[in-house]
Amino acid sequence: MRNLRHRPHRVAGAIAVLTVIAVYALAVPMLTGTNPGLTDFAAAYQPPSGSHRFGTDLAGRDLFVRTAAGLRVSLVIAAVCAVASAAVGVAVGVTAGALGGWIDRSVMRLVDGINALPHLLLGIVVVALYPGNLVAIIASIALTHWTQVARIARAEVRAARSATYLEAARLSGATRTRIAITHLVPAAAGQGIVAVILLLPHAIWHESTLSFLGLGLPPDQASLGTLLQDARAAMLTGAWWTLLFPAAALIVTTLAVAVVGAAVDHRITPPLPERAIR
Amino acid sequence: MDAAMTTIVTRPATATAQTTTSRTRRRRGRGIARMSVRRALFAIPLTAAVSLALFALAAGSPFDPLAGYLGDRYLTMSTADKQRVATELGLDAPWWQQWASWIGHAVTGDLGSSRSYAQPVTTVLAERGPWTLLLSGTALAAAIVLALVAGMWAGLHPQSRLDRAIAATATVVQAVPPFVLSLGAVTVFAVSLRWLPVAGLTDPGADPSFGQVTRHLVLPAAVLTVSLLPWLLLSLRQSVRAAAQSDAVVGARARGIPEPVVVGRHLLPVALGPFTTVIGLRLPELLVGAAIVEEVFSWPGLAGSLVTAARELDFPLLAALTIGTTWLVLAGSLLADLAHALLDPRVADDA
Repeated sequence: MRNLRHRPHRVAGAIAVLTVIAVYALAVPMLTGTNPGLTDFAAAYQPPSGSHRFGTDLAGRDLFVRTAAGLRVSLVIAAVCAVASAAVGVAVGVTAGALGGWIDRSVMRLVDGINALPHLLLGIVVVALYPGNLVAIIASIALTHWTQVARIARAEVRAARSATYLEAARLSGATRTRIAITHLVPAAAGQGIVAVILLLPHAIWHESTLSFLGLGLPPDQASLGTLLQDARAAMLTGAWWTLLFPAAALIVTTLAVAVVGAAVDHRITPPLPERAIR
Repeated sequence: MDAAMTTIVTRPATATAQTTTSRTRRRRGRGIARMSVRRALFAIPLTAAVSLALFALAAGSPFDPLAGYLGDRYLTMSTADKQRVATELGLDAPWWQQWASWIGHAVTGDLGSSRSYAQPVTTVLAERGPWTLLLSGTALAAAIVLALVAGMWAGLHPQSRLDRAIAATATVVQAVPPFVLSLGAVTVFAVSLRWLPVAGLTDPGADPSFGQVTRHLVLPAAVLTVSLLPWLLLSLRQSVRAAAQSDAVVGARARGIPEPVVVGRHLLPVALGPFTTVIGLRLPELLVGAAIVEEVFSWPGLAGSLVTAARELDFPLLAALTIGTTWLVLAGSLLADLAHALLDPRVADDA
């Protein structure tokens, strides 16, 4: 990664892009009043025009509205997944780091084991066994992504263990649980926030890929994945707009989130020697 | 590296130096062998744990293995008949007993039968495995070669215009999921330009001849290469930059050693270490990419059949593929660590 501290304009640009995306995803389905599921078979596969800015899909649904609705669904699912996996990761990491001993060792072995598996394939297996279940989709993403957070949170806690303020808390008679909640969790919280942002693009990818493969959300529910699944059939007829706009929304969103995430990471994490290389 | 050179120059007794080197080398070889054995043994408990978790997950899910076995007949068969079939198949046993019997059969080479392909699972693996190997092997080789060329160049010419262009392109491509890349490639090169076929291993009804397969391989392999390339390239660029500033390389340049020798003998061995690790780490993602690319391009490989198995709840195939994937990933990370240990003498045998 480039040294983002020297590129504030890039971060500002990314934040501006994210704002536009958020406004688009939230406001368009509300303001236009068009139902994103409204079909009009007479207007199927219309190229982009004044009345349909992004064109229409196979059922004549307006893609400007439907992309916004899909983006909203994907973003909400991704946010829930990212928060859930960061919460699990911080909880597990703090517990392992604070307790140490055999608990720590076996938790880290579990982390190694899960990291050894391809995450998406693990997700596919979970979703296959619980088909069409939104909780399963979220769980399949959250359960495979907490491990990186746990590793970082554990490292933070182990570094903080010898700090004098912990010694003071211990001497003043605070219990281990109290120390963990009031001192160790806050120590790992910064990394938790970074993890949420860095996990967001990942979670968007996962949800859209699962839905695209027909293993995630039902096809009539607009999400970036289901829209792109529709595009797969549509592009053979030459309807490029069904692919272009949802794909662009997906790529631009993940890129902008990644840039902001890297900037926040840079702020919170002290620079390593490697990072100083330009 | 230059330490070894000074040793040879300063020590008068070359013979002693050589025996020391060979002894060290033998010790390293033994360490590396021990690491391989330890990692291979680790696969046994991991296999047991992963398959146990899979069976537990299946037992807790709404998935009825009988429905998976019977398919459409599940709806028409009477309850008494279903009960009989379930008993025959051992499906009414507790899940851990089913797991034990699955393991017992798997050890003898019987992985059950796949409903979605109407074949024994072992036949599915044998027929489809080579195509996945061909696709992902081609893509991995191409990605490594391209990353070496572009990453090295970019790393050796920091802040040049081409370096910036390479890094920016790689960063953007990193944000494109493989399935979007596949759809884009099909739209542009197969549908619009009609340069290459849309999908499949051959044209409909044609024999899988060399020409046919090659023509159909280009697009999926290219997509897989492009999805893998940015990670490898950016990492190599970074490690080449770091190695170029290391004492060994600065010292070698200061001694007036010709630039090609500096790059080949002093810079590359150090920079390639992290690169092999990144290749090992990206192998799971290569498999994921292969699954998506095979699915989109109807490539008759194993990775794509994982998606089929999941969609059609083909549990025996799903179980075999999950375990197979786990092994592949373990083998990949072991190979990467071995390569790293062989390239860089400073690396301990088990990092």
